[in-house]
Amino acid sequence: MDAVTQWQKQWFDYTQSLRREGFLDDQFAQLKKLQDESSPDFVVEVVSLFFQDSEKLLNNMGRALEQNVVNFKQVDAYVHQFKGSSAWIGALRLKNVCINFRNSCEAQNLEGCLRCLQQVQQESSALKSKLEYLFRLEQQIVAAGGSIPIME
Amino acid sequence: MVTSSASASASSTSAAPILMVWDGDEKPHVLAVDDSFVDRRIIEKLLTNSSCKVTTAENAHGALELLGLADGQQNFGNTVSKVNLIITDYSMPGMTGYELLKKIKESPTGKEIPVVVVSSEHIPTRIEKCLEEGAKEFLLKPLRQSDVNQLRCHLMKLGNPSDEGMVCMGR
Repeated sequence: MDAVTQWQKQWFDYTQSLRREGFLDDQFAQLKKLQDESSPDFVVEVVSLFFQDSEKLLNNMGRALEQNVVNFKQVDAYVHQFKGSSAWIGALRLKNVCINFRNSCEAQNLEGCLRCLQQVQQESSALKSKLEYLFRLEQQIVAAGGSIPIME
Repeated sequence: MVTSSASASASSTSAAPILMVWDGDEKPHVLAVDDSFVDRRIIEKLLTNSSCKVTTAENAHGALELLGLADGQQNFGNTVSKVNLIITDYSMPGMTGYELLKKIKESPTGKEIPVVVVSSEHIPTRIEKCLEEGAKEFLLKPLRQSDVNQLRCHLMKLGNPSDEGMVCMGR
Protein backbone atom coordinates (compact mmCIF):
# COMPACT_ATOMS: atom_id res chain seq x y z
CA MET A 1 0.00 0.00 0.00
CA ASP A 2 1.51 3.34 -0.97
CA ALA A 3 1.64 6.30 1.43
CA VAL A 4 -1.40 8.08 -0.02
CA THR A 5 -3.57 4.98 0.17
CA GLN A 6 -2.42 4.39 3.72
CA TRP A 7 -3.28 7.90 4.73
CA GLN A 8 -6.63 7.66 3.02
CA LYS A 9 -7.36 4.52 5.00
CA GLN A 10 -6.24 6.28 8.16
CA TRP A 11 -8.56 9.16 7.30
CA PHE A 12 -11.42 6.80 6.75
CA ASP A 13 -10.82 4.92 10.00
CA TYR A 14 -10.41 8.16 11.92
CA THR A 15 -13.63 9.70 10.63
CA GLN A 16 -15.45 6.47 11.42
CA SER A 17 -14.18 6.54 14.98
CA LEU A 18 -15.14 10.20 15.36
CA ARG A 19 -18.67 9.27 14.29
CA ARG A 20 -18.77 6.21 16.53
CA GLU A 21 -17.61 8.14 19.56
CA GLY A 22 -20.16 10.83 18.87
CA PHE A 23 -17.71 13.65 18.27
CA LEU A 24 -19.19 14.32 14.88
CA ASP A 25 -22.52 13.52 13.33
CA ASP A 26 -23.93 13.55 9.83
CA GLN A 27 -24.05 17.34 9.73
CA PHE A 28 -20.26 17.43 9.43
CA ALA A 29 -20.51 15.45 6.21
CA GLN A 30 -23.14 17.94 5.02
CA LEU A 31 -20.75 20.77 5.76
CA LYS A 32 -18.04 19.07 3.74
CA LYS A 33 -20.39 18.83 0.79
CA LEU A 34 -20.57 22.63 0.68
CA GLN A 35 -16.86 22.88 -0.01
CA ASP A 36 -15.98 23.33 -3.67
CA GLU A 37 -13.37 24.84 -6.00
CA SER A 38 -14.63 28.34 -5.29
CA SER A 39 -14.04 27.84 -1.56
CA PRO A 40 -11.58 24.96 -1.16
CA ASP A 41 -10.89 25.73 2.50
CA PHE A 42 -14.48 26.23 3.50
CA VAL A 43 -14.62 23.57 6.21
CA VAL A 44 -11.36 24.62 7.83
CA GLU A 45 -12.55 28.23 7.68
CA VAL A 46 -15.90 27.47 9.31
CA VAL A 47 -14.32 25.28 11.97
CA SER A 48 -11.82 28.06 12.84
CA LEU A 49 -14.65 30.56 13.04
CA PHE A 50 -16.45 28.15 15.32
CA PHE A 51 -13.55 27.79 17.74
CA GLN A 52 -12.86 31.52 17.75
CA ASP A 53 -16.49 32.18 18.48
CA SER A 54 -16.69 29.47 21.11
CA GLU A 55 -13.69 30.84 22.98
CA LYS A 56 -15.49 34.17 23.31
CA LEU A 57 -18.74 32.51 24.32
CA LEU A 58 -17.05 30.29 26.90
CA ASN A 59 -15.32 33.32 28.42
CA ASN A 60 -18.61 35.16 28.52
CA MET A 61 -20.32 32.20 30.19
CA GLY A 62 -17.54 31.93 32.76
CA ARG A 63 -17.70 35.61 33.59
CA ALA A 64 -21.47 35.59 33.84
CA LEU A 65 -21.36 32.65 36.23
CA GLU A 66 -18.86 34.45 38.47
CA GLN A 67 -21.17 37.37 39.15
CA ASN A 68 -22.62 37.82 42.63
CA VAL A 69 -26.08 37.70 41.16
CA VAL A 70 -25.95 35.33 38.22
CA ASN A 71 -28.06 36.28 35.24
CA PHE A 72 -29.09 32.77 34.19
CA LYS A 73 -31.02 34.08 31.23
CA GLN A 74 -27.88 35.66 29.85
CA VAL A 75 -25.89 32.47 30.39
CA ASP A 76 -28.65 30.54 28.66
CA ALA A 77 -28.48 32.91 25.71
CA TYR A 78 -24.75 32.24 25.35
CA VAL A 79 -25.30 28.49 25.61
CA HIS A 80 -28.08 28.67 23.04
CA GLN A 81 -25.77 30.37 20.59
CA PHE A 82 -23.01 27.87 21.30
CA LYS A 83 -25.38 24.98 20.81
CA GLY A 84 -26.54 26.43 17.51
CA SER A 85 -23.02 26.76 16.16
CA SER A 86 -22.13 23.28 17.38
CA ALA A 87 -25.08 21.90 15.47
CA TRP A 88 -23.90 23.50 12.23
CA ILE A 89 -20.56 21.72 12.35
CA GLY A 90 -22.01 18.44 13.53
CA ALA A 91 -20.42 18.57 16.97
CA LEU A 92 -22.82 16.10 18.54
CA ARG A 93 -21.27 15.67 21.98
CA LEU A 94 -20.92 19.42 22.40
CA LYS A 95 -24.50 19.92 21.37
CA ASN A 96 -25.65 17.38 23.96
CA VAL A 97 -23.68 18.99 26.76
CA CYS A 98 -25.32 22.28 25.80
CA ILE A 99 -28.74 20.73 26.23
CA ASN A 100 -27.86 19.79 29.81
CA PHE A 101 -26.37 23.20 30.32
CA ARG A 102 -29.58 24.90 29.25
CA ASN A 103 -31.53 22.72 31.66
CA SER A 104 -29.28 23.88 34.49
CA CYS A 105 -29.77 27.48 33.42
CA GLU A 106 -33.50 27.05 33.40
CA ALA A 107 -33.41 25.52 36.87
CA GLN A 108 -31.08 28.35 37.95
CA ASN A 109 -28.75 25.67 39.24
CA LEU A 110 -25.36 27.34 39.62
CA GLU A 111 -23.47 24.19 40.50
CA GLY A 112 -24.99 22.38 37.55
CA CYS A 113 -24.03 25.27 35.29
CA LEU A 114 -20.45 25.30 36.48
CA ARG A 115 -20.19 21.56 35.93
CA CYS A 116 -21.61 21.92 32.44
CA LEU A 117 -19.26 24.76 31.64
CA GLN A 118 -16.33 22.56 32.58
CA GLN A 119 -17.70 19.76 30.41
CA VAL A 120 -18.19 22.11 27.48
CA GLN A 121 -14.63 23.35 27.82
CA GLN A 122 -13.29 19.79 27.91
CA GLU A 123 -15.37 18.60 24.97
CA SER A 124 -14.45 21.69 22.98
CA SER A 125 -10.79 21.14 23.60
CA ALA A 126 -11.02 17.48 22.67
CA LEU A 127 -12.93 18.20 19.47
CA LYS A 128 -10.46 20.89 18.49
CA SER A 129 -7.51 18.48 18.75
CA LYS A 130 -9.34 15.79 16.85
CA LEU A 131 -10.31 18.12 14.01
CA GLU A 132 -6.80 19.55 13.85
CA TYR A 133 -5.49 16.02 13.44
CA LEU A 134 -8.07 15.28 10.77
CA PHE A 135 -7.22 18.42 8.82
CA ARG A 136 -3.49 17.69 9.03
CA LEU A 137 -4.16 14.23 7.64
CA GLU A 138 -6.16 15.76 4.81
CA GLN A 139 -3.36 18.22 4.05
CA GLN A 140 -0.90 15.32 3.89
CA ILE A 141 -3.10 13.41 1.46
CA VAL A 142 -3.59 16.42 -0.80
CA ALA A 143 0.09 17.39 -0.67
CA ALA A 144 1.00 13.88 -1.78
CA GLY A 145 -1.30 14.27 -4.77
CA GLY A 146 -4.15 12.16 -3.39
CA SER A 147 -7.76 13.15 -2.90
CA ILE A 148 -9.77 13.14 0.28
CA PRO A 149 -12.43 10.44 0.28
CA ILE A 150 -16.05 11.58 0.33
CA MET A 151 -17.53 11.50 3.78
CA GLU A 152 -20.91 9.78 3.79
CA MET B 1 -37.73 53.65 -11.76
CA VAL B 2 -38.80 50.14 -12.62
CA THR B 3 -36.37 47.88 -14.42
CA SER B 4 -37.91 46.05 -17.28
CA SER B 5 -36.77 42.62 -18.20
CA ALA B 6 -35.86 41.00 -21.46
CA SER B 7 -37.60 37.83 -20.37
CA ALA B 8 -40.76 36.77 -22.12
CA SER B 9 -42.89 36.93 -19.00
CA ALA B 10 -42.11 40.60 -18.36
CA SER B 11 -45.01 42.91 -17.82
CA SER B 12 -44.00 46.40 -18.76
CA THR B 13 -46.73 48.01 -16.74
CA SER B 14 -45.74 46.43 -13.45
CA ALA B 15 -46.15 48.91 -10.64
CA ALA B 16 -44.13 46.76 -8.28
CA PRO B 17 -41.50 48.68 -6.30
CA ILE B 18 -37.96 48.09 -7.47
CA LEU B 19 -36.95 46.33 -4.29
CA MET B 20 -38.34 42.90 -4.99
CA VAL B 21 -38.40 42.75 -8.77
CA TRP B 22 -36.33 39.91 -10.14
CA ASP B 23 -36.02 39.73 -13.86
CA GLY B 24 -34.87 36.14 -13.88
CA ASP B 25 -31.68 36.89 -15.77
CA GLU B 26 -29.64 38.24 -12.91
CA LYS B 27 -28.76 36.36 -9.78
CA PRO B 28 -31.37 36.88 -7.06
CA HIS B 29 -30.12 39.06 -4.25
CA VAL B 30 -30.66 37.70 -0.77
CA LEU B 31 -30.16 39.55 2.49
CA ALA B 32 -29.16 37.13 5.26
CA VAL B 33 -29.45 38.33 8.85
CA ASP B 34 -27.88 36.41 11.75
CA ASP B 35 -25.90 37.42 14.80
CA SER B 36 -23.62 34.37 14.66
CA PHE B 37 -20.47 34.42 12.56
CA VAL B 38 -20.63 30.70 11.88
CA ASP B 39 -24.27 30.78 10.82
CA ARG B 40 -23.73 33.76 8.54
CA ARG B 41 -20.79 32.12 6.79
CA ILE B 42 -22.61 28.87 6.19
CA ILE B 43 -25.88 30.45 5.12
CA GLU B 44 -23.95 32.66 2.74
CA LYS B 45 -22.29 29.59 1.22
CA LEU B 46 -25.58 27.73 0.92
CA LEU B 47 -27.01 30.73 -0.92
CA THR B 48 -24.07 31.26 -3.28
CA ASN B 49 -24.16 27.53 -4.04
CA SER B 50 -27.76 28.18 -5.05
CA SER B 51 -26.61 30.95 -7.42
CA CYS B 52 -27.73 33.86 -5.30
CA LYS B 53 -25.94 37.09 -4.62
CA VAL B 54 -25.69 37.56 -0.86
CA THR B 55 -25.46 40.49 1.51
CA THR B 56 -25.22 39.71 5.22
CA ALA B 57 -26.17 41.71 8.29
CA GLU B 58 -25.27 40.81 11.84
CA ASN B 59 -28.36 42.24 13.46
CA ALA B 60 -31.84 43.45 12.66
CA HIS B 61 -30.97 47.12 12.87
CA GLY B 62 -28.15 46.65 10.39
CA ALA B 63 -30.56 44.87 8.09
CA LEU B 64 -33.07 47.71 8.29
CA GLU B 65 -30.37 50.22 7.46
CA LEU B 66 -29.31 48.21 4.43
CA LEU B 67 -32.93 48.20 3.32
CA GLY B 68 -33.30 51.92 3.98
CA LEU B 69 -36.03 51.16 6.52
CA ALA B 70 -34.39 52.12 9.81
CA ASP B 71 -36.30 54.60 11.99
CA GLY B 72 -35.15 58.11 11.32
CA GLN B 73 -32.64 56.92 8.76
CA GLN B 74 -30.87 59.87 7.16
CA ASN B 75 -27.92 58.23 5.46
CA PHE B 76 -28.92 55.99 2.59
CA GLY B 77 -25.42 55.60 1.26
CA ASN B 78 -25.09 52.00 2.34
CA THR B 79 -28.46 50.76 1.22
CA VAL B 80 -28.50 47.82 -1.15
CA SER B 81 -30.61 47.64 -4.22
CA LYS B 82 -33.07 45.00 -5.31
CA VAL B 83 -33.36 42.58 -2.43
CA ASN B 84 -35.36 39.61 -3.66
CA LEU B 85 -35.50 37.61 -0.44
CA ILE B 86 -34.65 38.09 3.22
CA ILE B 87 -33.56 35.24 5.47
CA THR B 88 -33.42 36.07 9.12
CA ASP B 89 -32.54 34.21 12.28
CA TYR B 90 -35.29 34.35 14.89
CA SER B 91 -33.20 34.71 18.05
CA MET B 92 -31.05 37.79 17.88
CA PRO B 93 -30.12 40.17 20.66
CA GLY B 94 -31.87 43.54 20.54
CA MET B 95 -34.48 43.19 17.85
CA THR B 96 -35.52 39.61 17.14
CA GLY B 97 -36.13 38.18 13.69
CA TYR B 98 -39.84 38.30 14.41
CA GLU B 99 -39.68 42.01 15.20
CA LEU B 100 -37.61 42.55 12.07
CA LEU B 101 -40.22 40.67 10.06
CA LYS B 102 -42.95 42.92 11.46
CA LYS B 103 -41.04 46.09 10.68
CA ILE B 104 -40.44 44.94 7.11
CA LYS B 105 -44.06 43.99 6.59
CA GLU B 106 -45.21 47.34 8.00
CA SER B 107 -43.21 49.32 5.51
CA PRO B 108 -44.71 50.22 2.15
CA THR B 109 -41.52 49.46 0.26
CA GLY B 110 -40.48 46.47 2.31
CA LYS B 111 -43.71 44.57 2.65
CA GLU B 112 -43.51 42.85 -0.72
CA ILE B 113 -40.12 41.34 -0.04
CA PRO B 114 -40.51 37.67 0.86
CA VAL B 115 -39.10 36.92 4.30
CA VAL B 116 -38.03 33.52 5.60
CA VAL B 117 -37.36 32.99 9.30
CA VAL B 118 -34.88 30.40 10.55
CA SER B 119 -34.35 29.09 14.05
CA SER B 120 -32.52 26.29 15.82
CA GLU B 121 -35.55 25.76 18.06
CA HIS B 122 -38.76 24.07 17.05
CA ILE B 123 -41.43 26.02 18.90
CA PRO B 124 -44.86 25.73 17.24
CA THR B 125 -46.22 29.00 18.69
CA ARG B 126 -43.16 30.80 17.42
CA ILE B 127 -43.57 29.29 13.97
CA GLU B 128 -47.25 30.20 13.92
CA LYS B 129 -46.76 33.80 14.83
CA CYS B 130 -44.07 34.28 12.19
CA LEU B 131 -46.22 32.75 9.49
CA GLU B 132 -49.15 34.88 10.64
CA GLU B 133 -47.04 37.96 10.40
CA GLY B 134 -46.29 37.11 6.79
CA ALA B 135 -43.15 35.00 6.78
CA LYS B 136 -43.10 32.75 3.74
CA GLU B 137 -41.48 29.90 5.58
CA PHE B 138 -40.01 29.00 8.90
CA LEU B 139 -37.02 26.69 8.65
CA LEU B 140 -35.05 24.82 11.27
CA LYS B 141 -31.29 25.14 11.52
CA PRO B 142 -28.96 23.66 10.51
CA LEU B 143 -30.20 24.27 6.97
CA ARG B 144 -29.43 21.89 4.15
CA GLN B 145 -28.63 22.82 0.58
CA SER B 146 -32.00 21.43 -0.47
CA ASP B 147 -33.80 23.76 1.97
CA VAL B 148 -32.08 26.75 0.46
CA ASN B 149 -32.57 25.64 -3.14
CA GLN B 150 -36.28 25.43 -2.48
CA LEU B 151 -36.43 29.04 -1.32
CA ARG B 152 -36.09 30.20 -4.91
CA CYS B 153 -39.78 29.52 -5.33
CA HIS B 154 -40.50 32.48 -3.06
CA LEU B 155 -38.67 34.94 -5.24
CA MET B 156 -41.05 37.29 -6.93
CA LYS B 157 -40.94 37.72 -10.65
CA LEU B 158 -42.15 40.62 -12.77
CA GLY B 159 -45.84 40.56 -13.39
CA ASN B 160 -48.46 39.09 -11.13
CA PRO B 161 -46.88 38.58 -7.70
CA SER B 162 -49.00 35.53 -7.01
CA ASP B 163 -48.09 33.91 -10.29
CA GLU B 164 -45.02 32.07 -9.14
CA GLY B 165 -45.17 29.12 -11.45
CA MET B 166 -43.39 26.82 -9.02
CA VAL B 167 -44.83 24.61 -6.39
CA CYS B 168 -43.41 25.44 -3.00
CA MET B 169 -42.99 22.28 -1.03
CA GLY B 170 -43.26 23.21 2.59
CA ARG B 171 -41.16 21.38 5.18
